[in-house]
Amino acid sequence: MEVTSAAPTLAIQNLTFGEGVLYAILGMLVVFFALVLIMVIIKILVKVTDSSAAKKAAKAAEAPAEAAPAEPAAPVKRDDPAPGTAGDIKLYTTDPKDAAMIMAIVADALGKPLNELRFKSIREIKE
Amino acid sequence: MANIIATLGRLGQTSGFFGLFTDWRQIVMIVIACILLYLGLVKKFEPLLLVGIAFGMLLTNLPFGNMYNPELWDLYIANGQSVASLSPELQAFIAEHGFIFADGVVQLTFTELIHAGGLLDIMYIGVKIGLYPSLIFMGVGAMTDFGPLIANPKSLLLGAAAQLGIFVAFLLAIVIGFPANVAASIGIIGGADGPTAIWLTSKLAPDYLAPIAIAAYSYMALIPMIQPPVMKALTTKEMREVKMDQLRPVSKTQKILFPIIVTIFTCLLLPSVAPLLGCLMLGNLFKESGVTDRLSDTAQNALMNIVTIFLATSVGATARYDRFLNWKTLAIIFLGLMAFEFATCGGLLLGRVMYRITKGKINPLIGSAGVSAVPMAARVSQKVGSEANPSNFLLMHAMGPNVAGVIGSAIAAGFLLAVFGG
Repeated sequence: MEVTSAAPTLAIQNLTFGEGVLYAILGMLVVFFALVLIMVIIKILVKVTDSSAAKKAAKAAEAPAEAAPAEPAAPVKRDDPAPGTAGDIKLYTTDPKDAAMIMAIVADALGKPLNELRFKSIREIKE
Repeated sequence: MANIIATLGRLGQTSGFFGLFTDWRQIVMIVIACILLYLGLVKKFEPLLLVGIAFGMLLTNLPFGNMYNPELWDLYIANGQSVASLSPELQAFIAEHGFIFADGVVQLTFTELIHAGGLLDIMYIGVKIGLYPSLIFMGVGAMTDFGPLIANPKSLLLGAAAQLGIFVAFLLAIVIGFPANVAASIGIIGGADGPTAIWLTSKLAPDYLAPIAIAAYSYMALIPMIQPPVMKALTTKEMREVKMDQLRPVSKTQKILFPIIVTIFTCLLLPSVAPLLGCLMLGNLFKESGVTDRLSDTAQNALMNIVTIFLATSVGATARYDRFLNWKTLAIIFLGLMAFEFATCGGLLLGRVMYRITKGKINPLIGSAGVSAVPMAARVSQKVGSEANPSNFLLMHAMGPNVAGVIGSAIAAGFLLAVFGG
């Protein structure tokens, strides 16, 4: 049994090829316009939030300079290093998160546990 | 003795085995469902969806199960039309089910539909009202990191260019002779986004839901095979070897504000896209806000899994033998492939333009990720890029166009619905 469905009433049912081309171009323009709009919004958003973050950072930097010089603080007692650690690591232009990931990758590639390796410093090399 | 034989005869006639031989196409559909099950279970082609779709297809083609009745949905679509204007088959269906409509005008409510329908008809309501695709989008949003997109907003252009496949497939469908609403639904396969394809098709061309969903999900699974030949044909080795600069870090504030601002502007620009983009951005806000971790977890796990079961099974159920087995299904499968290929071409070609403009700072391969299919398409960009240069890591760069493609295909769907939705 071939069942004929009752199609919904639509504004546009049949198109010629020429009309189809026009709708396709219009559709691409709408998609580009919407995404370019989002692109502009992101750029404005990034500018506004970055400048406000920079202002906050500048204020935070100014605050200790303006404050009266404090009594020399008692030396901060450092926590004991975790068992198996071998000193500190120096990070140059590298996030602690990225450093942790790099160390984990190196340990995995060498097939050795992290506490058997010693990392002295990590520096991002820009080409 | 005669009574026993008559009873056995009646039992035989009401069994599914007898029903199978009333139309050979049911057997063909059961075989197709089993092949799709094989592809999902053994070959792991999008198994989370394909297994449900294939099983729904199997259930709907088992005779006398009455789990899904497409005629009921035809009647629902025909609400407001006079019974006399309907096809003889639908009129026979009305008589068989004892529907009485005042003034001879079809008025079928969801309550009547639930009473008369089978289990899968009830589950299909969520597809029909656009609930499941939107909820899936919420889960997708909760799993998506828009960081690479915010870090490199130019990726949005690549996401837009990769929507070329939608409109080329739409045109090809018009040329083949499909009506505009069906052509629009076929075109959206090029968005490489299952929920968007289902959402639009359930509104524009519900009769074509099964072939379109199957084509969309099958080609998404086949992206690692479909895209690389086009990527290699449209780029030189020198282009593929380009190493891109590291993305700048994105602050938490930017990630929180992004979904709110994009929702406001996009939904104001194209209101028809609000259900999909609104849910996508809500899910993303749950993820990024840091104060709704439980909701984010539910959206991307429990809710998403539950909705996926309902969506896949009910979409598969629409593939009943008398509606699925025809030349149009084959045409849709072919057009779907064209849609994916042209979408890849669109992203790559704009990628080449950006490569020239930036004097080789952008690797055009990330353009092919603009087809959506998150994160498969981005992984393919990474793979092809690392084949050309083993120290090349394009994944995060490709994620920008990839998530831009999700937004782009939702906007394209909103446009097609606004134009052809009546």
